[in-house]
Amino acid sequence: MSKPKCEDQVALNLWYTIAPIAELEEPGAQQTILLEQQIAYARNAAGEVVVWAHEGVPGGVPEQNTLPVQERYGYVWTTLGSPNSDIFPIPEYAEADRRNIHAATFGVNVSAPRLVENFLDMGHFPFVHTDILGAEPHTEVKEYFVEVSEERDEIIASNCKFWQPMAAAASSGGADVDYIYRVPHPFCSVLYKSSPLDESRKDVIAIFIQPFNQEQVRVHMLLSLLDDANNDTDIRLFQQTIFGQDKPILENQYPKRLPLDPRAETPIRADKSAIAYRRWLSGKGITYGVIPPAA
Amino acid sequence: MLKLYDYELSGNCYKLRLLLSFLGVEYKSELIDFYPGNQHKSPEFRQINPLGQLPVIDDNGLVLRDAQAILVYLASKYDPSCKWYPRDNPEMLGQISQWLAFADGITGTASAARLHDALFYNHIDVEAARAGAHRLFRVLDEHLFFAEEAGQDWICPGDHPTIADIACFPYIMLSEEGGIPRIDYPAIRRWSDRFKRIPGFTVMSGVFPAGPAAKDSSKAVA
Ligand SMILES: N[C@@H](CCC(=O)N[C@@H](CS)C(=O)NCC(=O)O)C(=O)O
Ligand SMILES: [Fe+2]
Repeated sequence: MSKPKCEDQVALNLWYTIAPIAELEEPGAQQTILLEQQIAYARNAAGEVVVWAHEGVPGGVPEQNTLPVQERYGYVWTTLGSPNSDIFPIPEYAEADRRNIHAATFGVNVSAPRLVENFLDMGHFPFVHTDILGAEPHTEVKEYFVEVSEERDEIIASNCKFWQPMAAAASSGGADVDYIYRVPHPFCSVLYKSSPLDESRKDVIAIFIQPFNQEQVRVHMLLSLLDDANNDTDIRLFQQTIFGQDKPILENQYPKRLPLDPRAETPIRADKSAIAYRRWLSGKGITYGVIPPAA
Repeated sequence: MLKLYDYELSGNCYKLRLLLSFLGVEYKSELIDFYPGNQHKSPEFRQINPLGQLPVIDDNGLVLRDAQAILVYLASKYDPSCKWYPRDNPEMLGQISQWLAFADGITGTASAARLHDALFYNHIDVEAARAGAHRLFRVLDEHLFFAEEAGQDWICPGDHPTIADIACFPYIMLSEEGGIPRIDYPAIRRWSDRFKRIPGFTVMSGVFPAGPAAKDSSKAVA
């Protein structure tokens, strides 16, 4: 690989999801883009997943100069740099009674941090996901906690509560739903919300963002749910309906990159977590997909 | 009961959900895993539609594909007022057919660009698709401008919308997802605001209801 086009060393050294593993059943090399670098992925003759960078023509599956690969949570992960930590844990994924479903991979014309920030924001539920994740007059975002776990280097927002008419495909009516959000990676987030089936457990929804460039991404959505009634298609399409509602909102964000300067934007309501996220990105020195604070 | 092979994010399926909602006809959606499952290309689904496309309906054993064809059928069968598809008016039928064909052109351009950007249909020449959509939007915008001048709110003459409006609406509203802005088409914007106020209007993911200010000035058309 020649010199990377992305100049953000912090972003280069992260692990990224580039495709659901199921896509590798298709014959031949698949192609995508990560941080402006063209990459290809395929299974080799031995059945191993191989990912490699190229400059226009992927060619056959190479034996050398391949990129690091991990298979995790049903997806292929790779990196263009040298990660100094492993992919973050999602322990629930391994629980035997969960349905782990790839909901979709969608292209979105927005920066990765804007997408993460929208994912953290409960304030938009009644207006954007009307009658599903929210409904008027239940518009208030109640006080919640945000902490940055030094040990795990992630943001955790907890004690978030919201009244939802249809929290999941398995819901049978409105309910007060508890949420916990994690941001364990600058461009990934994992949320936990009360399961309609089991009061003591939570459904998990994760987004893994693959930046094509600073203003275009694709997002891979994982569901890890307790649901013994719906089939995979219904569960998947429920989530797609919701994401399809967010998409035009995301694509109309201006500027497309997330301003990190604390004075840059009157932050939206309820955004303790957004403020923490912006500060955390600044602290890491992330420059990709953001407008860095003026020095 | 009428069955619609349906996918929420499909604008062509949405055309039928719209008409069925305007007419208050009950139906059952059979959800198809269009993406990422590609279920519409499965051998089982090709038994239903050999073209491997959505939407399809099954009305008591009559299986029909193509959104425009299905609009014609449903309006002819389930709209006793005959307003959505005035089947005894040859001039109207000619014009409606013209705009139904035009709507399929919007699918071939604006929808193609959206599939490219959102679902990675990489074989699509996205620049050509966007340019094609802009040509069609320009034609429709001019048509609607002169229609308004003549006191006409809808694509075809008369004081009631027709299935031509329904067929054109979805992929125009979703065009920005394919990188096709609509700022240069003010008459299209006014028309789509009117369309959203038709009683029975429903949204799909990516299409939002008329703003609150619009509600007050709403005018019954059904
Ligand atoms: N002329 C057809 C076009 C339908 C169409 O393009 N359907 C899309 C979904 S919205 C589809 O099934 N595409 C798959 C394909 O064309 O292979 C109609 O209006 O129904
Ligand atoms: Fe949302």
